Amino acid sequence: MDQKGYRRGSFQSATSDEDMLEIAGASVDFSMADDDPPLDREMGGFSSYNGGGMNGTSTMMDFLEEPLPGVGTYEDFNTIDWVREKSRDRDRHREITNRSKESTWALLHSVSDAFSGWLLMLLIGLLAGSLAGLIDISAHWMTDLKEGVCLAGFWFNHEHCCWKSNTTFTDRDKCPEWKSWSQLILGHGEGAFAYILNYFMYVIWALMFSLLAVLLVKGFAPYACGSGIPEIKTILSGFIIRGYLGKWTLVIKTITLVLAVSSGLSLGKEGPLVHVACCCGNILCHLFTKYRKNEAKRREVLSAAAAAGVSVAFGAPIGGVLFSLEEVSYYFPLKTLWRSFFAALVAAFTLRSINPFGNSRLVLFYVEFHMPWHLLELVPFILLGIFGGLWGAFFIRSNIAWCRRRKTTRLGKYPVLEVFVVTAITAVLAFPNEYTRMSTSELISELFNDCGILDSSKLCEYVNDFNSTKGDDLPDRAAGPGVYTAMWQLALALIMKVFITIFTFGMKVPSGLFIPSMAVGAITGRLLGVAVEQLAFYHHDWAIFSGWCSQGADCITPGLYAMVGAAACLGGVTRMTVSLVVIMFELTGGLEYIVPLMAAAMTSKWVADAIGREGIYDAHIRLNGYPFLEAKEEFSHKTRAMDVMRPRKNDPPLTVITQDTMTVEDVETIVTSTTYSGYPVVVSRASQRLVGFVLRRDLIISIENARKKQDGIVSTSVICFTDYCPPLPPSSPSVLKLRSILDLSPFTVTDETPMEIVVDIFRKLGLRQCLVTHNGKLLGIITKKDVLKHIAQMANQDPDSILFN
Amino acid sequence: VLFPQAHRMFGQSSRNSVSPVLLLVLLGCALCVPAQASKSSEDIRCKCICPPYRNISGHIYKKNVSQKDCNCLHVVEPMPVPGNDVEAYCLLCECKYEERSTTTIKVIIIIYLSVVGALLLYMAFLVLVDPLIRKPDPYTQPLHNEEDSEDTRSLATVPTLAGARANTVLERVEGAQQRWKRQVQEQRKTVFDRHKMLS
Repeated sequence: MDQKGYRRGSFQSATSDEDMLEIAGASVDFSMADDDPPLDREMGGFSSYNGGGMNGTSTMMDFLEEPLPGVGTYEDFNTIDWVREKSRDRDRHREITNRSKESTWALLHSVSDAFSGWLLMLLIGLLAGSLAGLIDISAHWMTDLKEGVCLAGFWFNHEHCCWKSNTTFTDRDKCPEWKSWSQLILGHGEGAFAYILNYFMYVIWALMFSLLAVLLVKGFAPYACGSGIPEIKTILSGFIIRGYLGKWTLVIKTITLVLAVSSGLSLGKEGPLVHVACCCGNILCHLFTKYRKNEAKRREVLSAAAAAGVSVAFGAPIGGVLFSLEEVSYYFPLKTLWRSFFAALVAAFTLRSINPFGNSRLVLFYVEFHMPWHLLELVPFILLGIFGGLWGAFFIRSNIAWCRRRKTTRLGKYPVLEVFVVTAITAVLAFPNEYTRMSTSELISELFNDCGILDSSKLCEYVNDFNSTKGDDLPDRAAGPGVYTAMWQLALALIMKVFITIFTFGMKVPSGLFIPSMAVGAITGRLLGVAVEQLAFYHHDWAIFSGWCSQGADCITPGLYAMVGAAACLGGVTRMTVSLVVIMFELTGGLEYIVPLMAAAMTSKWVADAIGREGIYDAHIRLNGYPFLEAKEEFSHKTRAMDVMRPRKNDPPLTVITQDTMTVEDVETIVTSTTYSGYPVVVSRASQRLVGFVLRRDLIISIENARKKQDGIVSTSVICFTDYCPPLPPSSPSVLKLRSILDLSPFTVTDETPMEIVVDIFRKLGLRQCLVTHNGKLLGIITKKDVLKHIAQMANQDPDSILFN
Repeated sequence: VLFPQAHRMFGQSSRNSVSPVLLLVLLGCALCVPAQASKSSEDIRCKCICPPYRNISGHIYKKNVSQKDCNCLHVVEPMPVPGNDVEAYCLLCECKYEERSTTTIKVIIIIYLSVVGALLLYMAFLVLVDPLIRKPDPYTQPLHNEEDSEDTRSLATVPTLAGARANTVLERVEGAQQRWKRQVQEQRKTVFDRHKMLS
């Protein structure tokens, strides 16, 4: 004990990093050494809790006690120990820095180690950008494949097929090389029979694509379904899900994302692109030791990869970094900010050089108008915000209810049939209405578009008065019949999208949420914009319009209303704030529109928050019971640590291991009879004074290894966690020393500590468990799962829904 | 004493440095193909759309010019209006510079279709052919409930850390495939059967 106390004191006072080696068998007498004490080279370096000081450090210097493979790694569906990982990385870095003074090679090694992070970001950006280009081009082609095929080369989609041919002004979309299916089969494209044939082929293709997608997901990589963002949020907070970011998941997710988007289902590809980018990040981490072995550093890389994913999805690098910061990441150190930006830029640049949209734009609906807006238009913008908030809350409630039904009832037993039925309904309902037949990205692009002279779509069929046109600026005009048709078609499309997305999000194919929400918002915005425009045109003498909207002026831009509506709906569902505004204005290039976008985003967030606290991703995390400790919510109850800790009053006492009196057999019995993931080590059962904490996995691995490799370890061998094991009679079997796997500095709180502080400690330090002491003696343990259950209980939710460890 | 560590670390890092180099080479090849191909002259154009003007109908003009020459005056030929009307007409026209790479598109679509085809074939193989040629799997775990599975897995995975090295390439491939199949089965159970994740 005295040596221990001395050691701890000397940890804090020693300043030099000179590591002395521990000579096998002999133990150094501390009481004489007032210069640098030998540090124990333990695997899984334990940081000094009182901040700073020496760590029991890395194994690399200890040539006697090599780390066992497996010690220090984690089980599947467990939480990592952030403190341990971070201190391991600091030790590694310190060792490399020290060694760099010795030889040129070591210096180069330290320089390359420092640059490995940047090289990794570069590779992630390249890979994410290339995959996004592949997804975009393939999705574009396959979406058009439902309607027809290009005779000049089957790999061209409609737009590229007609690129070279001479199209007339009135028929800009038609060209002889592109044949719709009825034209191909029947030879002509007109008539009822041709329409029915087109309809039939559309539905057949949609069903084929979605069936193929769900079969591939089910057969090869079941983790590839869904959006991926809730699970990535949980992984980034410290949870381990093996295989979720693996090679097969990457391949299957990329392939089936294209299939799912092309099948006409009401889903988007932005959320799955984040998953794809994180898979790239995880796979490329294996190339660098620094990131492969350390789970905390790997999560920094994954944060940056998520930023790259959003950056290629929207063509918004800054928005991507902010999205990663706000929505996805749990800990976001400043170093990660710069690296995420670099990764996002490289990804955006790679995508741009692949050039999927033929005009050097990254996103299909990049619009660039700079029409001014008037302050009075803030009223309809705020109305759009309110609509967005209401729709967001409605969508979250209904989607969670449907997903819960899928989880608990027989509906969940037929995933393939579910996908088939939903696709069939979507395709059958979507084909008649031209606004649902086109892909959702194209719809959004058309809705964002401001009508110019050259636009021949139905939405732009205003009554034109050619004598008064001056250049390209069209004044507000009366709506022609085409606009009225478009309005009710858009209203039908809105209703369909609102309802079908509830059943689509969460199916067993990759599905994103951004594009459908933006579509709902854009349709509503455009409807409102056209309504306001017509109101201003017909009643330009009213007081509210006469000041700024005289006859013949172009004052209302319905495209802007569509944009603001899209932002409002997206904000209502995901509860994004800054990142949403930045993404929207990076999408449109219009810095003038920040104020309307912010007004709508804030209104929608307030309205949605008033109805339900959680965004869609947090709601899915809670639905699945992931152990995610929400970092944004305050814990405001007056409970104390003793109310939450285990064991409770009626439970059997805490399972502990003594430091030097238990045999191998005793420990194995404890390990097999309980399922705890770690055990406190105490001096003796009578005193219950804390020595440290040992993890179950490390115990199992060490004991198995010792039984095989070390001589004389049998079931009656004593396990000793201290440096100085008590002397045993010579006839007893040799002692198994397991000091190297013991964490000497577990976090402790007293039983009177308020739970607010305990929750704060768990959040800020990323703890997995925390020991509770009373008057210096060990009383119980609080794990992260206990904290989550307690929070759920306090919020009157079901504490049994926390499933994972 | 330091040299064994340095040697081991060096060995590790050189093993690691081989794969990034390889990956970079592959990535470079993958990207240089589309980059080279985009220089084909058919894929660059300037497209001007001119709406109906007075009694002239709308027309679309395309011409292969560079980006700075992409405006109405260079592309619209022959000019349908007399000289003093040209400016008014050109104000209505909208000219855009477009470029694309047909080779990139072709390569990407063909890569995608071949990957889908390969996956379909592999799935057909696994479903139809594999059960016929393979004996009952000695590694299939007996059915046990969820609480036990994590424990037994944890105790069982430990010995495999020092597991026997497969002798031939074929055995190694088969071992890897078995492990992968087990992993997919576990994932399928988690997602589809127990609905523990991703519902």
